Order: sequence, then structure tokens, then C-alpha cells
Amino acid sequence: MSVLPYVIAAWLFLIGCYGLATSRNLIHAVGCLAVCQSSTYVLLLAIGYRDGGTAPVFSDITPGSRPVVDPVVQALTLTDIVIGATVTALLLSLVIQVAKRHRTVDPDELSELRG
Amino acid sequence: MADDLPLILGLVLVAVAGTATVLVRDPVRQSFLLSLLGLALATVFLLLQAPDVALSQLAVGSALTPLMVLLSVRKVRRKARSERREEHE
Amino acid sequence: MSMRLRLCVLAVGGLGVAVLFVMACFDLPAFGGLWHPYGDRAVHAALARHTANTVSSVNFDQRAFDTLGEESILFASVVGTVTLLRQTHGEDRLPPEPVRVAPPVRRYALIALPVTLLIGLYVIAHGQLSPGGGFQGGVVVATSLHLLYIAVDYRALERIRPVGMYEVADAAGEAAYLLVGAAALLTGAAFLANFLPYGTFNTLSSGGTVPLLNAAIGVEVACGVVVLLARFLDQAVEIESEGRDDEAEART
Repeated sequence: MSVLPYVIAAWLFLIGCYGLATSRNLIHAVGCLAVCQSSTYVLLLAIGYRDGGTAPVFSDITPGSRPVVDPVVQALTLTDIVIGATVTALLLSLVIQVAKRHRTVDPDELSELRG
Repeated sequence: MADDLPLILGLVLVAVAGTATVLVRDPVRQSFLLSLLGLALATVFLLLQAPDVALSQLAVGSALTPLMVLLSVRKVRRKARSERREEHE
Repeated sequence: MSMRLRLCVLAVGGLGVAVLFVMACFDLPAFGGLWHPYGDRAVHAALARHTANTVSSVNFDQRAFDTLGEESILFASVVGTVTLLRQTHGEDRLPPEPVRVAPPVRRYALIALPVTLLIGLYVIAHGQLSPGGGFQGGVVVATSLHLLYIAVDYRALERIRPVGMYEVADAAGEAAYLLVGAAALLTGAAFLANFLPYGTFNTLSSGGTVPLLNAAIGVEVACGVVVLLARFLDQAVEIESEGRDDEAEART
């Protein structure tokens, strides 16, 4: 159990890279990039977890009464997710532009066009 | 060990959903799997005692990103279709 | 590069990353460990500044300057998307035909819209107390407006969504964050320091500048997401390039 979250994070990153390298469709590649990104969320939150800890929110628990998990990594992950979505939007709009100009979203055909 | 069982199941589900998201080559099906991955990740974050992050992942990962992927697919395919029709004419 | 060669290069790189990752894992703190020096200090600082939700305190108080950078990335990608997906020469705008929506769908979506909007605003407003905040609530508010597209049609959505106004509000959210940061300078504190009185613990007004920065982020994220989705919907539904499309397909 103690290494499973780290293993899953590594697996998500590697499988996402595999998808990026073998993708025949740029929209599919953007989806694979989202899988790569999710590996960072799992890794960060796994590092911050504490056995028996609860969420770092003190609106309904007395401070100091229970151990809490690490809020710093949670804050990092939180912004990471929203930024990830907007960057995905930027990439998808680039893909739409590529489709408009070159009439294809296959990266292999695109590199043939350039050559 | 029994306490960890939900977390283990959630992590395995994340791995399976992530793998399926990459291996499915059709972007439309991929967007559905992306939203499943988003849900699985949100569950795992909840189990890791990160409600803030789970909320964010639920809104972004299971709704916003798949929606944008679907809209892009629609735009790109629609373009290809209308061009094919022009060639026929 | 052939597919075979590409896969070989990928396998070498992937193996390298995997080996380095495993070696790094041995030096990582064990999963579920009790040693969290940064976390403990962040919790202490958040409680000292009367912010019940430690994550919001980290985002908008202790690491407020980092959040400024992240917010700027968000702003820049919205600007980039708007620039890339604008209507260009040789593209016509073809308003989609109204389509009949099944009554149960319409009823459900019209009931869900105000509820979702209210939940989104609640999540933003209570960011410093309970789980949530500007980042999460902003996305909920933005997506709730789009229930009108499901319930009625695209033209109804366009009426409550003048994109220009949302673009201005997006910029205003970014500016408000900077101005709150600059206001700290006037009191002699550092940029983005928490200069307001901390208030009573666990009330809406607690946390000093945290609620203000949180609201600025909420406005920016909500408007940014509305603008992003508007550009994508315009491209997918309305904007036509030279070749004409079936009218029936203008809306699915």
C-alpha cells in the first residue's frame, strides 16, 4: 500500500507519454496530455497524506484536536487543475487553427506537409 | 488494510481509466473516458482528505475539459465533412 | 521517423524515467507518514490569521504571490484562445435554427440553473471557511449559465452572455487582485501582504485580505471560463467557413 499511489502516478505519466508519442490525432494528443497532468495531482496529494489525518479545514473541528493532512500540496494541486484546464483550452484552439489551415489533425501528415 | 481498501480501489480505477483514455483512439469516446477519469480522480482526492481539490477536479475534469474536447472535435469534423461535399460537387 | 523507431526511443526514455522515479521514491517521505514540516507551519500560520480553510489561506495569503503568477497564466491562456478562435476572413456567422427541446429536459435544466448558480456563488463566498473558493466556484458559476443552452437554445444563451462584458470583467478580476496587492504597499506592508484586520475566526469576514483576493479570483475564473466556452461554442455552432453545412446539423 505504501508505494501504490506513487506507482499509479508514475504509470499515469508514462502511459500519457506513450499516448502522446503514438497519437494520430492532435485532439487525442491533448487528451493524453491531460492524463499526464493528472499524474502530478496524484503524486502531490500522495506526498501530503497523513495516516488518520482529516481535511485541513477548521470550520467544524477544533484546531489541534485532530491531525490534518498537508494543505500546501493541496493548494498547489488546486491551482494546477484550473490552470491545466485553461492551457488545454489554448492547445485545443491551436488544434482548431491547424485544422483550418492544413485541413488535417494528423501530426504525421502535418510533418509531411512541411517537408 | 481494510481501511485502505476504498483508496486502493479508487487508485486502481484511476489507473484503468487513465490507460483506457490513452488507448481509445477516437476523440469522442476519449472525452467520455476523460470525464470518467475526472470522476475517479475526484473520488481519490476525497479519500485523500482533499475536498478543495476534489471539488475543483469534479468541475474541471469531468465537465469542462471533456466539453471543450467535444466542441473541438465537432468543429474539426464539420470542416472535413463540408470539404468532402465540395469535392463531390 | 518510422513508428517502430519512435516506439524504441519512447521505450528507452520511458525506462529511464521509470528507473529515476523509483530511485527518487526511496527518498520520498513514505505515504501516510507523520512528517509534514511545511504543512504544520502552514496550518499554524492560517490559524494565527483566523482563516478556517487552510488551503485558501495558503493560496491567497501565504502564497498569494505565486497565485498571482498562476492567475496570470490563466489570463494569458484566455487571451490566447480569444485571439486564436476569433472570426476571420472568409468565415460567416450562421445563427443556428431553434430546435424543440424535450419538455422534461427543459424543466429539469431550468430548475437546475438557479440552484447551480447559487451553489457556485456560495462556494466562492465561503472559500475562506469551508472547502471551495474562487477557483472551484468560478467554474461552477460559469458552467451553470450554459444550462440555458441545454434548456432553451443557443440564442437564449447568447442573450444572457454578452461576451464583451465578460471579457472586461475577466480583466477586472485580474486587476482587482493586483490592486488589493498594491493596497498593502500603501499601508507600508509588502506587496500582497495581509494588511486588513483578521476578524473573528470562522465568520464570513475573517481572514483579512483572503476573502477579497478569493472574490477577485472567483470573478476572473467565472468570466474566463464563460469566455473560453463562448469561443469554442461559436466555432462549433455558429461560425461557418466557405463550405456550407446542413442546417439540421447546426445544433446537436
